[in-house]
Amino acid sequence: MALKIVVLAKQVPDTRNVGKDAMKEDGTVNRAALPAIFNPEDLNALEQALQIKEQNPGSTITVLTMGPTRAADILRESLFRGADNGVLLTDRAFAGSDTLATSYALACAIRKIGDYDIIVCGRQAIDGDTAQVGPQVAEKLGIPQVTYTEKILSIEGKKISVLRRLEHGTETVETSLPLLVTVNGSADQCRPCNAKLVQRYKYAKTPTEKGNTADQSLYESRPYLNLMEWSAAFVDADLSQTGLAGSPTKVKNVESVVFQAKESKRLSDADNEIDELMKELITNHTIG
Amino acid sequence: MANFYLDNPDLKHHLTHPMMQRLIELRERNFSEAEKFDYAPMNYEDALDSYERVLEIAGELSGDIVAPNAESVDCEGPHVIDGHVKYAEGTEKNLDALVKAGLMGISLPRCYGGLNFSLVPYIMAADMVSRADAGFVNIWGLQDCAETICEFASDEQKQRYLPRVCNGETMAMDLTEPDAGSDLQAVMLKASYNEKDGTWRLNGVKRFITNGDGHIALVLARSEEGSKDGRGLSMFIYDRNDGGVKVRRIENKMGIKGSPTCELVFSNAKAELCGERRLGLIKYVMALMNGARLGIAAQAVGISEAAYREALQYAQERHQFGKAIINFPAVSEIISVMKAKLDASRSLLYETTRFVDLYKTLEAISKERPLEKDERTEMKQAQRKADALTPMVKGMGSEFCNQNAYDCVQVHGGSGFMKDYPCERIYRDARITSIYEGTTQLQVVAAIRHVGSGTYINLIREYEAMEVAEKFAPLKEKLQAMTAKYESSVAAVTADKNAEYIDFHARRLVEIAGHIIMGYLLLADATRNDSFSTSAEVYIRYGEAEVEKNSSFIASFSPADMGSYMKK
Repeated sequence: MALKIVVLAKQVPDTRNVGKDAMKEDGTVNRAALPAIFNPEDLNALEQALQIKEQNPGSTITVLTMGPTRAADILRESLFRGADNGVLLTDRAFAGSDTLATSYALACAIRKIGDYDIIVCGRQAIDGDTAQVGPQVAEKLGIPQVTYTEKILSIEGKKISVLRRLEHGTETVETSLPLLVTVNGSADQCRPCNAKLVQRYKYAKTPTEKGNTADQSLYESRPYLNLMEWSAAFVDADLSQTGLAGSPTKVKNVESVVFQAKESKRLSDADNEIDELMKELITNHTIG
Repeated sequence: MANFYLDNPDLKHHLTHPMMQRLIELRERNFSEAEKFDYAPMNYEDALDSYERVLEIAGELSGDIVAPNAESVDCEGPHVIDGHVKYAEGTEKNLDALVKAGLMGISLPRCYGGLNFSLVPYIMAADMVSRADAGFVNIWGLQDCAETICEFASDEQKQRYLPRVCNGETMAMDLTEPDAGSDLQAVMLKASYNEKDGTWRLNGVKRFITNGDGHIALVLARSEEGSKDGRGLSMFIYDRNDGGVKVRRIENKMGIKGSPTCELVFSNAKAELCGERRLGLIKYVMALMNGARLGIAAQAVGISEAAYREALQYAQERHQFGKAIINFPAVSEIISVMKAKLDASRSLLYETTRFVDLYKTLEAISKERPLEKDERTEMKQAQRKADALTPMVKGMGSEFCNQNAYDCVQVHGGSGFMKDYPCERIYRDARITSIYEGTTQLQVVAAIRHVGSGTYINLIREYEAMEVAEKFAPLKEKLQAMTAKYESSVAAVTADKNAEYIDFHARRLVEIAGHIIMGYLLLADATRNDSFSTSAEVYIRYGEAEVEKNSSFIASFSPADMGSYMKK
């Protein structure tokens, strides 16, 4: 069965390899100092989408991202990995969005895409770590959601079976389409960019990126090179619910916490020392 | 998180060599496929940009997947289950990633699903994959057997087999037998034609077959009953889906342990003739081997790179007597020479690859249309250079690789002798490079012809005529002096046309030529990119001393002295 799949993705600062200048004086992320990357768990989500597409020939994957012009990079990367098209949701009106305003904007765009069968997104982004956007989008669209997905096991007709990652194991749940799933980082790693797709899509651009300088005839003869770029007005967003205006979250205080190894312990790899450590960790309920 | 393309700017330097424009324009037939395939380039810049982007993928997978898996693959190795090979888990993952990235059939034409890239980026990918895991490159890199199918098989066979390779099926070349190693004329595997169903059937045993259980194998077999030499051998294509070949065992090797080296039993295995009968060894295997030798040279350079980096990192981190050991001249000299040998062999690798690519592409074009006179000359010259440089880069490159692996362990001291650091695996993996696809001694046999024919000296004269940056004049003078020694050594050895005497000194003559050629290549690199100037200087000084050693040995030697070296 051909499915219409939407993947939600976010371009994030790479917080995995941070240097000294990763944070500004005021405690906010110094985006300029960190390379912008595809949010890792959104890549896990894309892989799930690609697997669904392989199992259901004729399916299409649209990747939707909200962000500034440069976020089009992750749309291209999605195409290189096997997605079919990309939508950049971008507007000054979206600036300063918290998770609620982001979910609202994404939900508007998804309604614009329409007729979706399944929305796949990463569990959370590595910049905010809230894990709120996916569930909120599902709520706003009024569709079921399955969080912490390890693997989408099967889709038959409108019935879908999903393996979830829990704290101490996994569970399999069944529900119906359309739905939204958030994918855990422990799910299959995303497949690499493909050599042919990179060559096919490397000139894909949004209208803003194309500007007036690009070779327009190329984009006329190869329509797949045109990335969509949608504004708040295009997705019929109510401006009171977008950006700062639509964001109830207020940052009260930011503290820079530096971990220091004041009470560190050094252990050898001898069996008895490891045994002692295990006992200690179980006694103080760190594990077990 | 490492990208073996982006962390090594030397690769981009070689990728952007001035000759690439010509190679790409020929390979792309002046960009005539851009309308037909959405992934074909529109012009030279577009093509080069695609090469880089694809090499970035290969570099990322090498750094993030293949390299981290290397240790577990080395420990686990492949196994035989029910007559077939089961790769180590890490090998499966590596292969899956490279196949999904579309890194198969890199230089095959687009009409078969290939990328139609020049051999240069293909060899560069092999260089990086080898740095990550030398054993794995054997499995992935056997895709270059498909070049032989592309060159010699029928159109119908190409249609059937090449798309499968591009989609990720692996290959093997089944040449060696228990009694036919270096001497392939002795191959006994029997091919008999079954008149009834019009098929060829293979019976016998092959040994030391890398990736022997690959999906598609090229098999050298005796098709002419009663024949004894190479002229009775033909090339066959065996498809694993047809069955009839069992893996009897996998060799327990010193190194490249992830690469399954198989003993195969052919029991009436169905196969099809590739090309013409009787040309198996004399034409097709020679082509196959030349391609494979270039592949091994890339593998050697990749291992050299890994050895150099491991040694450098260890020497920077290891402190003794209150400072990092790299600050001791004895250690830093070793590491400088390692880098110089690495850079020299890599320059020769890509120079050779360019000539191979040039003549192979022109040869392919000659099947589509008659070549112009200039093109024919260009093809002949390129082929001559390719034939002369291939055994040189395979021979000397693999020896440098071994020397670098040895030095890498040496820099690690006692720790290098333990299994705790990658250098121990690198040392074991390096060892095969100077043995398989023709030992260094056999490379010398192939190369010495080009001493006699003058190919090397002509090439050296061409390099000598090239402009180098003014500051390199003293180094160029050294190379000129080395060339004079080469000529006098060649004259001394060949004066009496004593074949045995020439064989005796062949290694020395080929090495002298190699040092001069690599010296010039590094000067050209340094002229184009100053970051090579240190390696050029270090290498030319090293080569100068080596040339002195070899030429003085020859100068004070006469045929009568050979007796002491003839053990029976």
